[in-house]
Amino acid sequence: MTALLHVEGLGKRFGGFVALEAIDLEVQDGERLGLIGPNGSGKSTLVNCICGTLRNETGSVSFAGEKLDGLLAHQRTRRGLGRSFQLPRPFASLSLVENLRIPILYAVNARSSGVLAGAAIDARCRDVLSQVGLAEKADRLPRDLTQIEMRKLELARAMASEPRVLIADEAMAGLSHGEVDEIIALLIRLNERGVTVVMIEHIMRAVMEFSQRLAVLVAGKKIADGVPKDVVRDPEVVRAYLGE
Amino acid sequence: MRGGPFILVLIAVAAAIFAFGRWLDNSYAFFVAYVVVQYIVLGTAWNILGGYTGYVNFGITAFFAIGAYSSVVLHKLVPAMPLPAMIVVGGVMAGIVGVGTGYLTLRLRGVYFSIATLALAVVVQTLITNWDFVGGARGAYVLRPRTAPLIGGGYIEYLFLIMLGLCVIALATARAIERSSLGFGFAAIRDDEAAAEASGVPTLKLKLIATGLSGGFMGMAGAPLPFYVTYLDPSSGFSLNYAVNAIAMPLIGGTSSWLGPVIGAVLVGGLQEYLRVTISSAVNVLVAGVLMVVFVIIAPQGIVGLFKRKR
Repeated sequence: MTALLHVEGLGKRFGGFVALEAIDLEVQDGERLGLIGPNGSGKSTLVNCICGTLRNETGSVSFAGEKLDGLLAHQRTRRGLGRSFQLPRPFASLSLVENLRIPILYAVNARSSGVLAGAAIDARCRDVLSQVGLAEKADRLPRDLTQIEMRKLELARAMASEPRVLIADEAMAGLSHGEVDEIIALLIRLNERGVTVVMIEHIMRAVMEFSQRLAVLVAGKKIADGVPKDVVRDPEVVRAYLGE
Repeated sequence: MRGGPFILVLIAVAAAIFAFGRWLDNSYAFFVAYVVVQYIVLGTAWNILGGYTGYVNFGITAFFAIGAYSSVVLHKLVPAMPLPAMIVVGGVMAGIVGVGTGYLTLRLRGVYFSIATLALAVVVQTLITNWDFVGGARGAYVLRPRTAPLIGGGYIEYLFLIMLGLCVIALATARAIERSSLGFGFAAIRDDEAAAEASGVPTLKLKLIATGLSGGFMGMAGAPLPFYVTYLDPSSGFSLNYAVNAIAMPLIGGTSSWLGPVIGAVLVGGLQEYLRVTISSAVNVLVAGVLMVVFVIIAPQGIVGLFKRKR
């Protein structure tokens, strides 16, 4: 296996505050990686740097052998880096189908040679919505959705851009036990179809169930990376979560 | 309705309106109709940036006056230049300024962008006021021909016809945007810019297209103004009325559709003219202001929003 996503020595500061310091991270093609860490440890900042929403001051991000440094967020999305936001950010004035239309028009069509049009786009949107169980609400507006449906829409929109890597930033925060299971099943199905998934999560049960490999961020540094059941026993990780 | 037939219908409607005006044979009617149609163009132009993309531009008069004053300049340099050519030049000038200010200000969001555009209007007005070639603060006279070229009749009929043509182009453009991927990209930017970027939308490029088109149409709407008023000075070219109306009309008509600015301009522009004649010439801005407040309260989606099916 070759590394699909390669983060090397990545650093990010906000003024005098060091949010990320020399982060090295490799994600293999087809892998399911879990990324955990206490609040404020820099997980979302890392995602934002990888996806181009924020600019990292040091280090670099490579994707599929290409350096992404200096590319804007939409250019990275077009190359196959999909992400969902921690707090769902739907396009509020557009129906669910139209929400998914945006990444198809602007990411999928910008990428492939065979450009989708009219009815084909609509069919594709409805297909993705049915994969996440939102087919019946396809023509509704996001404001009609429940919390879990909103999370599913967020994932569906990322899926619609046909990413090679999907980074799910706390897609399950605040969901019930059953709802968490639903999202895990959805992400595993996606992974089985060949999409590499990076999951950022606080819910340990979900992380342990989902991840093949686990990386831990604490205070802007990566302190552990490896097989999940070993990582959670790592004394440094235990100290970070529970204290001395 | 597809794009082609839609344009044909627009042209047919415009032709019918013009024929009706000719049949009335009343130059006052042409003067009033010119203003209303001018506001349709101005409102549509504002709506491309403000309604579709969600960036509220208060600097309408800057673009409008750039169009008007470029006609003054051209008229002094090349008096024989036909008006349509002046409109193209005015539109290009205002479009370039639109893209330029867009590039400088679009990092600002929400109200900060609006304030920057307001500052632009002040800057342009100051420049024009101090530019002697176009009359400076004294203003400039533009002598228009007595009769219309090509079509005969009064020159105002020609001005009205030109503005109608511009209106057809503006409306066809607005509707084409609504139905294209450009329109979806604009809507995504309006709703959530970070999410739009994450979905592959090149937000900066699209915003520059929006500011360029919007500014360009405003400039085109302003280009015939010197010939309409025959005397143009900064205080009339940069009048607050243009800015207030160009914002109020789409808001009242509805910002989600090309039809909104049309309804708003006909309703507000018509009412203003009626009150100007019957009550006082100073109630213009009051009408727009009061109607805007009323509509923000009872119909935030505008008149078009009232008739759209509830989803």
